[in-house]
Amino acid sequence: MWRWLHPYAKPEATYNLLQKLLPWFVALTLVTLITGVIWGLAFAPGDYQQGDSYRIIFLHVPAAIFSMGAYMGMAIMGGIALIWQIKTAEWAIPAIAPVGAALTIVALLTGAIWGKPMWGTWWVWDARLTSELILLFLYVGVMALYFAFDDARTGAKAAAILSLVGVINLPIIHFSVEWWNTLHQGATITKFERPSIAASMLIPLLICLAGFAFLTVSLVMMRLKNEILRHELHRAWAQQRLEQD
Amino acid sequence: MVFDSFTDFVAMGGYGLYVWLSFFLSFVVLAGVALETLLAKRQLVKKSRQLQQRQQRLARRTASRAAVGDGNEPKT
Amino acid sequence: MSQLSNRQTWLTLLKRDLRIAARRRSDALNPLLFLLMVVTLFPLGIGPGPDILARIAPGIIWVAALLASLLGLERLFRDDFQDGTLEQLCLLPQPLAFTVTAKMTAHWLLSGLPLVILSPVLALLLSLPLQGWWALALTLLLGTPALSALGAIGAALTLQVQRGSSLVSLILIPLFIPLLIFATAAVENASMGLAVHGQLAILAAISVLTVTLAPLAVAAGIRMSVN
Repeated sequence: MWRWLHPYAKPEATYNLLQKLLPWFVALTLVTLITGVIWGLAFAPGDYQQGDSYRIIFLHVPAAIFSMGAYMGMAIMGGIALIWQIKTAEWAIPAIAPVGAALTIVALLTGAIWGKPMWGTWWVWDARLTSELILLFLYVGVMALYFAFDDARTGAKAAAILSLVGVINLPIIHFSVEWWNTLHQGATITKFERPSIAASMLIPLLICLAGFAFLTVSLVMMRLKNEILRHELHRAWAQQRLEQD
Repeated sequence: MVFDSFTDFVAMGGYGLYVWLSFFLSFVVLAGVALETLLAKRQLVKKSRQLQQRQQRLARRTASRAAVGDGNEPKT
Repeated sequence: MSQLSNRQTWLTLLKRDLRIAARRRSDALNPLLFLLMVVTLFPLGIGPGPDILARIAPGIIWVAALLASLLGLERLFRDDFQDGTLEQLCLLPQPLAFTVTAKMTAHWLLSGLPLVILSPVLALLLSLPLQGWWALALTLLLGTPALSALGAIGAALTLQVQRGSSLVSLILIPLFIPLLIFATAAVENASMGLAVHGQLAILAAISVLTVTLAPLAVAAGIRMSVN
C-alpha cells in the first residue's frame, strides 16, 4: 500500500497529526463559513422567483452534499478497517457518524423550512428530502448497531460492514427515489434542482460549500481525537496529552 | 449590502421567519455536535486522572508490600 | 469420513435447515399468518371500498411482506449460533460465503416462496385488478430473494446483540426501499395494463446484485460474531 500511510496505523502518530492540523482547519472553517454566510445573507442579490427565502440554499445544499460525503468517508474508513485491520480506522466510524447525521438533520430542517413558503407545507416528499430522510435512517442504523455492542471493537467491525452495505445501496436508493418522485409528481420540477445559478449567487454558495467541508473535517478530527484517547487512556502518552491540552 | 436598512435585512422580504429559523436551527444542531465533543473530552480528562490515581495507589500498595516483606513476593 | 464435495455440502446444509423447519412448523408459519392478518387490517382500518383498496394494494402487500420477512429472520442464525453449529460452519473447508447461501436459500424457500404462492389470496382480499396478479407474483418472486439476502446480513451482524430484532428492522428497512419502489410501480402499471418490463428488469438487477454480494457481508458478520 502507500508506505507513507503506514505510520498512521499507530494511534499516537494519528493523534499528533490531528493535533497539528486541527487549529488550521478550525480557522479555515470560521473564515469561510462566516464569509460565506454573511455574503449569502446580505450581499447576494434576491431571487427573481423566490425573493429572499432562497438564501436558505447556502445552508441546505452544502449540508446535503456533505451529509452524503461523510457517509462515503465513513464507509471508506470501514473498508480500511476491515481489510487492513487498522484500529484508528475503526474508531473513525463513531467519529464520523454523528457528524454526518447532524448534517443530514440540517439538510432536512432547512429543506422543510424552505418548503413552507414555496409549497405551503412543512413537508413534501421531494426526491432530495426523501433521500436525505433515508440517509438519516442509514446513519441511525449504523450508530445504533455500533452502540449495541459491549465491546467497541466488535461494534466498530459491525458498523463498518453495515456502512459498506449502505454505501453500495446509496446510489441505488438515490436513483430509485428520484424515479419514484417523477413517477408520482409528474411535471412538478423540484425547486432544489436548480439547473443554472447566477454567478453572484454561485460564489457565496461555493464559499459556504468550502466552509461546510472544513466544518465537517474539523468536527470529525475533534471526535477522532477523542476516540483515540478513549481507547488509549491506559497508555502513558494519552494521559500526558490530556494533561497538556 | 443589497438591503436598504437593517430592518429590511431582518425581514428578508417577508420570509424572515423561515430564513432566520433555518440559520438558527442549523447553528444549534452543528454547535450541539461540537459541544458534545468538547464535553466528552472533559470527561476523558476526568477519567484519565481517576485512572492515574488508581494506578498510583496500586503502585504504592505493591511497593509498600515489597518493603514490609510479608512473604508474598509480588511480581513487579 | 469421506470428504464431501462442495455441492454435497451445500445440499446437506439446505436439507438440514428444511428438516429443522419441518419440526418446528410454527417458526416458518407465523410470519405468513402475520402477513395475512396485517393485510386484513387495512380494509378494516380504511374501509372496504374496492377502489381505494385496489389503489393501495401493491404498497400494502409489499410493505407487509417486508415486515413479515423481518419477523422470520430470528431463526436464520440464532439457534445455530447458540448451540455452536455456526462455529462449525466457519471451520468447514468450503468458504463461509458459499455455505451461508445454503441457509439463505432455505430461508427463502420457507418465507419468500410461500409468499409468492400466497399472493393471489392477498390480491383477492385487496381487490387488486386481475391484470395485476401475475405482476404481483412476479415481483415477489424476483424481490424476495433480495429480502432474504439483506435480512441475512442484518441477522449476521446482530447475533451478539440481545433482543436484536428491533435493531435489525432499523438497519434493514432503508435497504429495502428500492425494492419496494420498483415492485409496487410494476404492480401498479400492470394493474392499469401498462408495460412493466423496465421496472421488472431493474428489480431483477437489484436482486441479482444483492444476492451476489450479500454472502460476503453475511460471512464477515458471522465471523465477527463468532469470534
